[in-house]
Amino acid sequence: MSSYNGGEFDVIVIGAGHAGVEAGLASARMGANTLMLTLNLDAVAYMPCNPSVGGPAKGIVVREIDALGGEMGKNIDKTHVQMRMLNTGKGPAVRALRAQADKFAYQHEMKRTIEETDNLLLRQGMVEELIVENGEIRGVVTQTGARYSAKSVVVTTGTYLRGKVILGDLSYDSGPNNMQPSVNLSYHLQELGFEMVRFKTGTPPRVNGATIDYTQTEIQPGDDVPRAFSYETTKFITDQLPCWLTYTNETTHELINLNLSRSPMYSGMIEGTGPRYCPSIEDKVVRFNDKPRHQIFLEPEGRNTSEVYVQGLSTSLPEDVQHEILKTVPGLQNVRMMRPGYAIEYDAIVPTQLWPSLETKKISGLFTAGQINGTSGYEEAAGQGIMAGINAARKAQDREALILNRSEAYIGVLIDDLVTKGTNEPYRLLTSRAEYRLLLRHDNADLRLTEKGYEIGLISRERYDKFISKKDKIAVEIERLENSFVKVSPETNAVLEKAGSSPIKEAMNAAVLLKRPELHYDAINLLIPSENDYEEDVKEQVEIQVKYKGYISKQLDQVNRLKKMENKKLPVDLDYLSIKGLAMEARQKLSEVKPLSMAQASRVSGVNPADVSVLLVYMEQGKLKKVD
Amino acid sequence: MNIDTIAAISTPMGEGAIGIVRVSGEDAIAVADKIYKGKFPLTVLDSHTINYGHIYDPQSGETIEEVMVSVLRAPKTYTKENMIEINCHGGLVSVNRVLHLVLNQGTRLAEPGEFTKRAFLNGRIDLSQAEGVMDLIRAKTDRAMNVAMNQVEGKLSQRIQKLRQELLETVANVEVNIDYPEYDAEEMTVTILQEKGTFVQKEIERLLQTAHQGKILREGLSTVIVGRPNVGKSSLLNSLVHENKAIVTEIAGTTRDVIEEYVNVRGVPLRLLDTAGIRDTEDIVEKLGVERSRKVLNEAELVLLVLNQNEPLTDSDLELLKLTEENDSIIIVNKADLEDRIDIEYVRKLAGNRPVLATSLVRDEGVDELEEAIRDLFFEGDLDTGDMSYVSNSRHIALLHQAKQSVEEALGAVDADMPVDMIQIDITRAWELLGEVIGDSAQESLIDQLFAQFCLGK
Repeated sequence: MSSYNGGEFDVIVIGAGHAGVEAGLASARMGANTLMLTLNLDAVAYMPCNPSVGGPAKGIVVREIDALGGEMGKNIDKTHVQMRMLNTGKGPAVRALRAQADKFAYQHEMKRTIEETDNLLLRQGMVEELIVENGEIRGVVTQTGARYSAKSVVVTTGTYLRGKVILGDLSYDSGPNNMQPSVNLSYHLQELGFEMVRFKTGTPPRVNGATIDYTQTEIQPGDDVPRAFSYETTKFITDQLPCWLTYTNETTHELINLNLSRSPMYSGMIEGTGPRYCPSIEDKVVRFNDKPRHQIFLEPEGRNTSEVYVQGLSTSLPEDVQHEILKTVPGLQNVRMMRPGYAIEYDAIVPTQLWPSLETKKISGLFTAGQINGTSGYEEAAGQGIMAGINAARKAQDREALILNRSEAYIGVLIDDLVTKGTNEPYRLLTSRAEYRLLLRHDNADLRLTEKGYEIGLISRERYDKFISKKDKIAVEIERLENSFVKVSPETNAVLEKAGSSPIKEAMNAAVLLKRPELHYDAINLLIPSENDYEEDVKEQVEIQVKYKGYISKQLDQVNRLKKMENKKLPVDLDYLSIKGLAMEARQKLSEVKPLSMAQASRVSGVNPADVSVLLVYMEQGKLKKVD
Repeated sequence: MNIDTIAAISTPMGEGAIGIVRVSGEDAIAVADKIYKGKFPLTVLDSHTINYGHIYDPQSGETIEEVMVSVLRAPKTYTKENMIEINCHGGLVSVNRVLHLVLNQGTRLAEPGEFTKRAFLNGRIDLSQAEGVMDLIRAKTDRAMNVAMNQVEGKLSQRIQKLRQELLETVANVEVNIDYPEYDAEEMTVTILQEKGTFVQKEIERLLQTAHQGKILREGLSTVIVGRPNVGKSSLLNSLVHENKAIVTEIAGTTRDVIEEYVNVRGVPLRLLDTAGIRDTEDIVEKLGVERSRKVLNEAELVLLVLNQNEPLTDSDLELLKLTEENDSIIIVNKADLEDRIDIEYVRKLAGNRPVLATSLVRDEGVDELEEAIRDLFFEGDLDTGDMSYVSNSRHIALLHQAKQSVEEALGAVDADMPVDMIQIDITRAWELLGEVIGDSAQESLIDQLFAQFCLGK
């Protein structure tokens, strides 16, 4: 293959999935001349699995992406078919927004946004090689011989990397949904010295919605209240499509058990590690054989298609068995399958080979994001994508990396987990992975991250000013409540009783009164009216911050206790193997992970408190170089 | 990590003229000040001064010990941190009580060798020394770990593991409700959390009771001698004190007339309360009135009720027999050398399950039997103090108390109608604390439990 000079860029993003698009957009918007290469232009922001965005933890990530100036939230706000707030019966920390996407509209909208972005060139092309000199990235070479040079490169290969589709006893090299896989790049990464792992994931069959008898299912409508992920969204979609709930039964399970020998999961054909949180239906039936039924959600794939996603039936059983399984489910007796479910194996790199900036330790200027780092999920990919894009651009601009810590964002938890602990299965974010769940709320993502988004240049001055004004209003109103007293009067107690609360016998502090679970801001504001008519999101913040102050400060105390350790920085070229006081396992693990702070070191598995103490001595003794 | 404040007894365990409780860490001085009463608060005193005062229990207000407290401010101290050294009167019991108070103020019991460890962590010892010491520390810690593990390997450990599993399943259920809100798992309602929480709280209380023997050994058994005037209370006290080596004598408290004496009866340390009253040979009921007597008796862990065989039962005797019904008590029918005028059958009937012993304290008869009875009342079978590791026990008890507190906070949150995910914060904390008792507290096990317990996925 003869090659030619394709041009010079600051940043090249390989892949245009959910990680790739965020990386490319962030980089271009930060002023870096950016090239986004994808092997199929029709697969930009493609959703190869479920047609939904958000949910617990994931929905908070979408908001965090938005607060940093990313696109996912805005894009889904424009293209969803349904929006729901989950966990409304629980506390504010675990509330989560989830949207059902029109997956086709989602793609088109994202592609158009990319096309309209300055400094960003979207081009079809499959990267097969990276150009590396002296441990630094210089550019990439495509299958068609184009040599592009760049200061930073972000690799977001998803399930395309040496992808292999498995369906019954059939298997073939393929990306998702029969798209071309990227094979040579995987071998090239191995040649460059990256340690790779093989993961597996799967998807259920799609059926024709016109052949579903919905009367045998339960309707799952969206919320009546207009909702949005993005803090900038002002137009809300009111025309929503419902989802539908049905269940498998004993007949389904018998059929699956009967055909287990034909499942590649059990015949040993699949070598990749699959995620526990996304098991195939055959896996569920085998592992939880006492469960008489499993839920099946029927989710529309878009507004202009009859295709319906059969959530809960992810499978790699042969196609003929899939037809039969579908027919056992109430509502699906006469259903016509349009695409079969399948399992897909792909290559990922061991993520402990990355810095918390998502730059590889091996090659300076090379970043990776998304499934290649061992995660699963669109939101996890997008969260890494925006960080990799930001840091690739900053690297090209000779600025230091932006790293979010565990108490700032779910994105911080996600990346810290990956680069510090690694993962032995496709990693999914769960709220239980965050130790400061109450601080990382859905409602305060903007308060946590807008400042950072503005500093790095992804948030506009206008939006920033609005944010500052919101922040001020919250502070002023909380102070007012904390310094106001509600007097006893028949009117007061009438308001309280109407709100389902007990009357007060003596004057009471307004903030204390708001701590009563049954009382909301509006009731308190009736008792001691504010001069200002605050926006709903301001009132919400005031209420949450006052009501849960005790718990919030408990968590803040935890954060502060750890801060000292976070602030003790470790040099990256530290020769752990030569520190005699460290246990052998700790020496090896620390040399591999190369933690940036004492706190990160303490989270490395295999490193115990005594080892951390040794490092602290080392540091106090001035044996460690000072790190700024 | 060396940011919390630690405390330990720094003098050898056992009997000595003085005992020192040492506290080190940023909050050392503030913590000690919370339980110290002296001319000035410790927080304003100059560094490297030694100060006279009293240690008291901030909860009960009770004065515990008369002390000399050294205030040592960082960095010129052994650990290069703020340090406090509390010089106690000595004796196992009083030093331990002071340590417990310090631990209750939010300090952690130091691991073996931890003061030295901090000394080098904070750069007081040079690196070559430090590396050498590190090996030593590691060995020490490992051994300490083994000791702890051996100790909890038995019943305690099994019970804690069961309790943790219970909590873990509960938390996993809450988590699944949160992370998979549409999954058809049982909704972990506050009612269920309340049930589980109450169950765990009760279980921890029972665990703490199993540690009761240890507590008796460390803190002494608060004991009251009651009886009418001239039945022989004073003689009883004297024989207990003279027969046995008094561990500590006459710790003066704030109220002049309350004097405590410690005697070691067959390995059971008795803390004799309100002995002033006994010395004056006054009737406790007459002196204090029924209500206050009941209060004193309620606080006692052992009541020795003395009757006079030489006289028929009086109303006072009957009143005392009735008042002490709820107590662990022993009824001593003294003056067995004199004419028998008491209705012993009636005494036995009123005594119920309580032991009734005959003594002649003037002749020194029946004292051995009494001591046997005291021991049997609190320790079944052989008392093997050699097996009790004070250090790890104390750590466990502190952790169990904290775990119990977390559960209680969770239950409080249930009462306050907090949402389930808030309540769960304290439940998870309790689970972690219990894990520390048995040396296991990995966050990852929650994730594992989540997927083992529920069939999740799309």
